Amino acid sequence: MAKPKIIVVGGGLSGLMAALKAAEKGAEVSIFSVVPVRRSHSVCAQGGINAALNTKGEGDSIDAHTYDTVYGGDFLAHQSVVKRLCNAAPGIVWMFDRMGVMFNRTKEGLLDLRLFGGVKKRRTCFSGATTGQQLMYALDEQIRRFEVQNLVKKYENWEFASLIMDNEGVCRGITATDKSTMETAAFVADAVIMCTGGFNHVFGTCTNSTHCTGYAATEVYKRGAFFANPEFVQFHPTAIPGTDKCRLISEAARGEGGRIWVPKDGKPWYFLEEWYPAYGNTVPRDVAARAIWKVVKEMKLGVDGEDVVYLDLTHLDHEALAERLEGILEIYEKFVGDDPRKIPMKVFPAVHYSMGGIWVDFEHRTSLPGLFAAGECDYQYHGANRLGANSLLSAIHSGMVAGPAAIEYAKGLKKGADAVPSSLLADEKSRQDDVNRKIIAMDGPENPHLLKQELSAWLTDNATIVRHDKKLKETDDKIRELAGRFERSKIHDKGAFANEELFFMRTLANQFDLARMIVLGALGRAESRGSHYKPETPNRDDEKWLCITKTSYTPDGPKFDYSEKVEIQDIKPVQRRYDVAH
Amino acid sequence: MDDIRLKIRRQDGPDDLPYWEEFAIPYRPKMNVVMCLQAITDNPVTAEGIPTTPVVWECSCLEEVCGSCTMLVNGKVRQSCSALVDQLSQPIILEPMTKFPVVRDLRVDRSKMFESLKKVGAWVTVDGFHDLGPGPRMAPADQQKAYHFSRCMVCGCCCEACPQFNSRSPFMGAFVIGQAFLFNSHPIGGLEKGKRLEALMGEGGLADCGNAQNCEKLCPKNIPLTESIARLGWDSTVHTIKKFLR
Repeated sequence: MAKPKIIVVGGGLSGLMAALKAAEKGAEVSIFSVVPVRRSHSVCAQGGINAALNTKGEGDSIDAHTYDTVYGGDFLAHQSVVKRLCNAAPGIVWMFDRMGVMFNRTKEGLLDLRLFGGVKKRRTCFSGATTGQQLMYALDEQIRRFEVQNLVKKYENWEFASLIMDNEGVCRGITATDKSTMETAAFVADAVIMCTGGFNHVFGTCTNSTHCTGYAATEVYKRGAFFANPEFVQFHPTAIPGTDKCRLISEAARGEGGRIWVPKDGKPWYFLEEWYPAYGNTVPRDVAARAIWKVVKEMKLGVDGEDVVYLDLTHLDHEALAERLEGILEIYEKFVGDDPRKIPMKVFPAVHYSMGGIWVDFEHRTSLPGLFAAGECDYQYHGANRLGANSLLSAIHSGMVAGPAAIEYAKGLKKGADAVPSSLLADEKSRQDDVNRKIIAMDGPENPHLLKQELSAWLTDNATIVRHDKKLKETDDKIRELAGRFERSKIHDKGAFANEELFFMRTLANQFDLARMIVLGALGRAESRGSHYKPETPNRDDEKWLCITKTSYTPDGPKFDYSEKVEIQDIKPVQRRYDVAH
Repeated sequence: MDDIRLKIRRQDGPDDLPYWEEFAIPYRPKMNVVMCLQAITDNPVTAEGIPTTPVVWECSCLEEVCGSCTMLVNGKVRQSCSALVDQLSQPIILEPMTKFPVVRDLRVDRSKMFESLKKVGAWVTVDGFHDLGPGPRMAPADQQKAYHFSRCMVCGCCCEACPQFNSRSPFMGAFVIGQAFLFNSHPIGGLEKGKRLEALMGEGGLADCGNAQNCEKLCPKNIPLTESIARLGWDSTVHTIKKFLR
């Protein structure tokens, strides 16, 4: 039999991990990435990666990691896959250690661990405050080693355009566009693995890189793949507010002893410590973000009347800060101009992570045969709220599962990539060429960039930390209006070479569908759970809503199916509290 | 507040001639160069009021950890995301890096840098991507030192700054030496130390460095590149002697 042909879309941690695992097992692997893979968004992860190494004498265990993840996710994650994730964690960290990641060390030369949110045990391995960058570079280097041996082929600066689906509904490859020549080409494969990251840029300013738009995930949804839990979007409590991006200040800052406060009655008020005495500043992100929101928006206690609170590191030892948090101190200094060692940082919550994403089963198969998904673009592991330092872990682990699963699938195929008729590829390519030609011809009165800003502003105002049903309905109306106006918009760049605006237009077209999933998903879920909070239904409702929001595309809008129940066989759902120890 | 004035060196494609365009962007507090370019994308009109195309440039993380948006800002090579308008004299002059081929406008092709990393084997050769138990222990001081080198974004600032890095010289750039140093100093990576030294003793390696030391001055992450050059220079001498004696 010919070597299985695997296409990986996305060159971040999950994509490269899937590619390495598949190539190691003998597959012919092609990786497509919008950026040189070393510049993928995984580099932005700062604080660390969780693994219950239990080297601090605190009695940590895989079970404790599993419990914290399930509890932190407000019981919306399937428990057997969370257990598998936590079980794999120590081996993953050790593997990256072998690959040369410069994790911080203890005096004895062991991997050091620090505290993170929503947990009581030190479980987070870290490399300064640039852990994602370090892990990303390790895989970038391994991929380069494999390239030299002709085990993988990279297509960098290529934009995924669409799936190639045969008439039996099986995924047979992709089309993609070279970001320089603008040529779209069709690529055949036995299996395709989507590792295209989160969709947070639909909200405009967020902590993500500019290419985390959700285009690719929405594209496969529109071609028939189920989406899941689109309404669950994480706010990170501490980012530097900005108009181009909200720059993240890692949860590690609080794990290392940083304190959140606002002035009240002339004194610092440490509201997280007061409200949540058991966890204090290291409550999970949804809890911290809502608390900051309440203090600033409802109690009007933001620093100097602005929408910010203090994140204070000034009491911490300078040498320890340099060894453990330098990356974030540098970011604050460079972009704000103040020295966080001397002056408390000013921060506010910002959109950060998509818990929802492409629906996958436990082997990371999507609902389309031949199509797999891994990393932030899938929905597995984090339930209704992700714990800090679990995302690097799930990105890597899901890639490790998806790569071999794709090979298994390919081996079971009766008709492989070689049997795919060339007309199938040519048809999809010409369909994409048509789409692009139509976009280039767009010459209406509307400015698409302003439409995108309007879309993001509506989402940010109405579908984030506090969601009112009435506002969600109005937002959906607005999205449809904007989508209509988009049809009458104009592309400024009609050139046929390195035309970035063409990709922007294709992306925006899909973002209207994505935005509707988020908004209507939030409207439909009549409860509050994890990151999803609605004042009309402020409590969690396990009777009705311990289920996945399985979403399918129709031209009239998303259709929701709630029949998939969440696994609760090991850990019984209990009320989630962080004011007392659990 | 007055508009921000920008002067941008543009080029429609690799084989086209460059030209200059000027822009006036409404000032907003805490603006950086990327926000100016985004404003041009939203409304691509020159300072003279003539419609034009959006400026093409690479960007991604916008917080100086990805290295994408490197360009010349007022003649100095740096990431444009961390180039704050309030700290720059105007007109702000933006140009593509000169040591790499222009793709379009401010976007250049830096793939040559990644090819150079292949030549020196800048990786740790592992037996496989599975769990083999804990890795080697390492002293915190050694980790701290190596960590500086592991933050290299392969952004190209050291190449742009280097008088030896040009089309007439095979020199691969200081970052390559920094990365070789990083992997040589890792307990497992060090097992292939000799291979990397051999590569650096070949064309485009240590001997082609002119010791101008600009690389370190312009490295956005303050990586002690000259130290790695000196250290690997010494190591390669030792390597040669040992090989001779063998």
